[in-house]
Amino acid sequence: MYNFNYVKAKSLDEASKAATSASEGKLMAGGMTLIPTLKMRLAKPSDVIDLSGVPGLAGITASGKTISVGAMTRHYDVHTSKDVVKAIPALAKLAGLIGDPAVRHRGTLGGSISNNDPAADYPAAVLGLGATVHTNKRTIPADQFFKGMFETALQAGEIVTKVEFPVPDKAGYMKFPNPASRYAMVGVFVSKTGNTVRVAVTGAAPCVFRQAEMEKALSAKWSPDAVANIKHSANGLNSDIHASAEYRAHLVTVMAKRAVAEAG
Amino acid sequence: MAAAAVGAAIRRREDARLLTGAGTYTDDINRPRQTYMQIVRSPHAHARVKKIDASKAAQAKGVVAVFTGADLEKDGVGGLPCGWLVKGKGGTAMIEPPHRVLATDKARHIGDPIAVVIADSREAARDAAELVAVDYEELPAVADMNAALKAGAPAVHDEAKDNLCYDWEIGDKAAVDAAFAKAAHVTKIALTNNRLVPNAMEPRAAIGEFDRATGGYTLYTTSQNPHVIRLLMGAFVLKIPESKLRVVAPDVGGGFGSKIYHYAEEALVTWAAKKIGRPVKWTADRSESFMSDAQGRDHITQCEIALDKNGTFLALRVFTRANMGGYLSTFGPAIPTYLYATLLAGLYRTPAIYCEVKAVFTNTVPVDAYRGAGRPEACYLLERIVENAARETGIDKAEIRRRNFIPQSAMPYQTPVALQYDSGDFVRNMEDALKAVDYAGYAKRKAESGKRGKLRGIGMATYIEACGIAPSAVAGALGARAGLYESAEVRFHPTGTVTVFTGSHQHGQGHETTFAQVVADGLGVPIDNIEIVHGDTDKIAFGMGTYGSRSIAVGGSAIVKAMDKVIAKGKRIAAHLMEASVEDVEFKDGKFSVAGTDKNVDIAQVAFAAYVPHNYPHEELEPGLDETAFYDPKNFTFPNGCHIAEIEIDPETGTVHIARFDAVDDFGKIINPMIVAGQVHGGVVQGIGQALLENCVYSTDGQLVTGSFNDYCMPRADDVPSFTVATNEVPCTHNPLGVKGCGEAGTIGAGAAVMNAVVDALSGLGISHLDMPATPQAVWRAIQNSKQGQAAARR
Repeated sequence: MYNFNYVKAKSLDEASKAATSASEGKLMAGGMTLIPTLKMRLAKPSDVIDLSGVPGLAGITASGKTISVGAMTRHYDVHTSKDVVKAIPALAKLAGLIGDPAVRHRGTLGGSISNNDPAADYPAAVLGLGATVHTNKRTIPADQFFKGMFETALQAGEIVTKVEFPVPDKAGYMKFPNPASRYAMVGVFVSKTGNTVRVAVTGAAPCVFRQAEMEKALSAKWSPDAVANIKHSANGLNSDIHASAEYRAHLVTVMAKRAVAEAG
Repeated sequence: MAAAAVGAAIRRREDARLLTGAGTYTDDINRPRQTYMQIVRSPHAHARVKKIDASKAAQAKGVVAVFTGADLEKDGVGGLPCGWLVKGKGGTAMIEPPHRVLATDKARHIGDPIAVVIADSREAARDAAELVAVDYEELPAVADMNAALKAGAPAVHDEAKDNLCYDWEIGDKAAVDAAFAKAAHVTKIALTNNRLVPNAMEPRAAIGEFDRATGGYTLYTTSQNPHVIRLLMGAFVLKIPESKLRVVAPDVGGGFGSKIYHYAEEALVTWAAKKIGRPVKWTADRSESFMSDAQGRDHITQCEIALDKNGTFLALRVFTRANMGGYLSTFGPAIPTYLYATLLAGLYRTPAIYCEVKAVFTNTVPVDAYRGAGRPEACYLLERIVENAARETGIDKAEIRRRNFIPQSAMPYQTPVALQYDSGDFVRNMEDALKAVDYAGYAKRKAESGKRGKLRGIGMATYIEACGIAPSAVAGALGARAGLYESAEVRFHPTGTVTVFTGSHQHGQGHETTFAQVVADGLGVPIDNIEIVHGDTDKIAFGMGTYGSRSIAVGGSAIVKAMDKVIAKGKRIAAHLMEASVEDVEFKDGKFSVAGTDKNVDIAQVAFAAYVPHNYPHEELEPGLDETAFYDPKNFTFPNGCHIAEIEIDPETGTVHIARFDAVDDFGKIINPMIVAGQVHGGVVQGIGQALLENCVYSTDGQLVTGSFNDYCMPRADDVPSFTVATNEVPCTHNPLGVKGCGEAGTIGAGAAVMNAVVDALSGLGISHLDMPATPQAVWRAIQNSKQGQAAARR
């Protein structure tokens, strides 16, 4: 890696200021994407601002209607949290499917959604549950948070502090991993809360998105059959040696169907 | 007496060291005043090197020196040699273009080394390497063999305008043509054998050191054969006398063939160490391994088999194109010829076989032996076509093999493609495997899978491999530029312990355990009193190293020969001590005794007498008990077996799940069944990796698409089932231990078995072939194409 200034921030304020005042500041949560990127010399930040010393960013609180997960909460802790397992088992399952054990003990929710990797798992849950992203400056609804490939609504110096997940009646997540990297080649998160249905797809396109046609069909009839024959268009989907856009489009339907089946 | 060590599942003695971080790998070694080397590698697959401006790099902080190919040429450094000369049709020698340590004229593959930066720290070397300005003129590249062989294709080497390295053949073409003319049925197949990246856990590393007091060099390197590196680098590249060059290959974390070869980096650190007067260290990162370790496989083949009306094989005809990459790696040319085409008889009595192999230069990383080396390619081809022939003729897949197997009674058996098999009970291996997998109950399991919407398939592969490489005279006649024997020294110490020096090298095989087991029984010494030393040219007389499943068959036999000499000398000492005639002295279980009496003396006492020779036959014997032996094998060994895979396909996603995997192997006499099972497990995983997961992909312009584990799919624990492995011990007839070798078998049998199972599962859809790897996308695509084809047919 190239040399950089390492800043271990003690408060959100300090971190935010350090990130904006540096010529090229980079916030680090778990570092599970940033550190490999630095080691490969694919990034050359002037400053790396470590958030691990900022108090109060990790932890899970349950309040009946919502599950609130602190930005620095590790995937392992979400995966094994009794509150999450009880209230939103699909979210606990999703966290357990991220990376490998080492990554799950270091990687964080805030880091994952701030990075917004097209093949990350968490964006599917945040969008698929209609969660609210809290930052040091404001709250952002999930529908307005994910903007494009590695792009979010976050502004310079804005730091995710927690994500509030509404507890759904039913939810399911089905992931088809890339055989090599085990990132989501296609991951579909479905949820039903009252009459509201959300279907969020990750891995398939440059950014997580909602599948409106499936949401409509599932609102009318919550059943795997309702989506089994909805063909998703291959237009605009990612294509690589592991999966063509056409194959990904096909997997969107299969994973959606299976996610609904899992949700019950 | 103690229980026999040979045949016991003794835990690996090296594991405590290796698993607790106490091993010493090359990168663990640090020398005083050491520097670090970073290599500037070509980002282009094919480019003319017009100018190299190293001035900025040379002035960068911490930089000691920057060298280019011109500096090497000034010092008369030679090119990297090829260890095997293949002669093609009509005796035409293969084209052997120069392989410079640092490219001076052109870069011929992505990662081709162009310059080196040596600095006080790894980071400084890396930073400065980015400052070396290389002016490239990009040239059109050829990455795949079909493109390379097209008329007018860009030439990788001026010496081979048509990119053809050799056009080689084996077998009786006329006899094959005649057999095809009278065939009742002909089955054809066209397939590719996908390119693989070996990916040993430990990346390659090297440290060069020069002692100006003695004029001697030391090279620490991640090698499977340090003596071979000393020979090749010393004699051909740097011209250092062997007496002035020590090569140490300490603990090595896996090789799979990729650490056999002499690489540019070894020569660079050794040469530069003298040049700058400080030790030079280089350690590859994984990205470098992907573009600099020799890769494996990469064949395109058309094949047909002729059968009579009873399903008897009459003849086999094979046309193969084999990718050599941008340069000839040390043994590259030998793999698709003498380690491939000679195995095309397989386990069958096919009387006529013809194979033509065209070796092709492309703008890709060089290709050489990778676990199995030629034999997995032969097995895959043969077993795929045999299983397709069974399906086409309606003969059961086991039955067609049964009808064509070479019977045990026919041993030794001369194949039409040069090899003479010494032993094997092929029918028994298959019958045992069929029983293990419950072949009779398969239909029921398939129906049950069908109820769950899954497509089930069963596939089989029988294989034979030529291991114990190799009788030197035979290898020499076929173009090898080295002998392929092995050496061993058995040093019996005065107080009863034994050190064994072996020219074999362990990098995962467990020699410190198996070799000690052989010695424990051979000399009647407790296993804890035996040390196995390997991997250092200053300690070991000579060695040809470890590859081709040769260590126990060749290295183990050398140890037996050395032990025989120790015992022969011991008998004479014992005869003196017991005042008996040497003819009457017998040796058993560590004791010399006089036949027909209760007189005996322990081997430890004999050793003590040999080193403290107060009472000793000085007039006829020298003191000491230390013997060296070289063993040159009489023939190859022929491990063989039958592997059966049962798989389930999820037709919605194309995912292949391996439901079970059964292997029955004949490795001859087994020294340590636990280590053998481990070798089979690892081999099977690599075979499954090739069949379902691994694929090295280049873009048409020669960029490496799968340059990291993000895209190159290594097998993981959850990709494979628990295996059932069993052995049939049919001893090898021509080596003293009766052993055949087990290192590569799993890799050879597994891929073909799994692919046969995949095709079997899809055969109901009219699919008769699928290339490896059978990834979810590939399987799904095949199913879609078949559905579309059927729909079109209905219209």
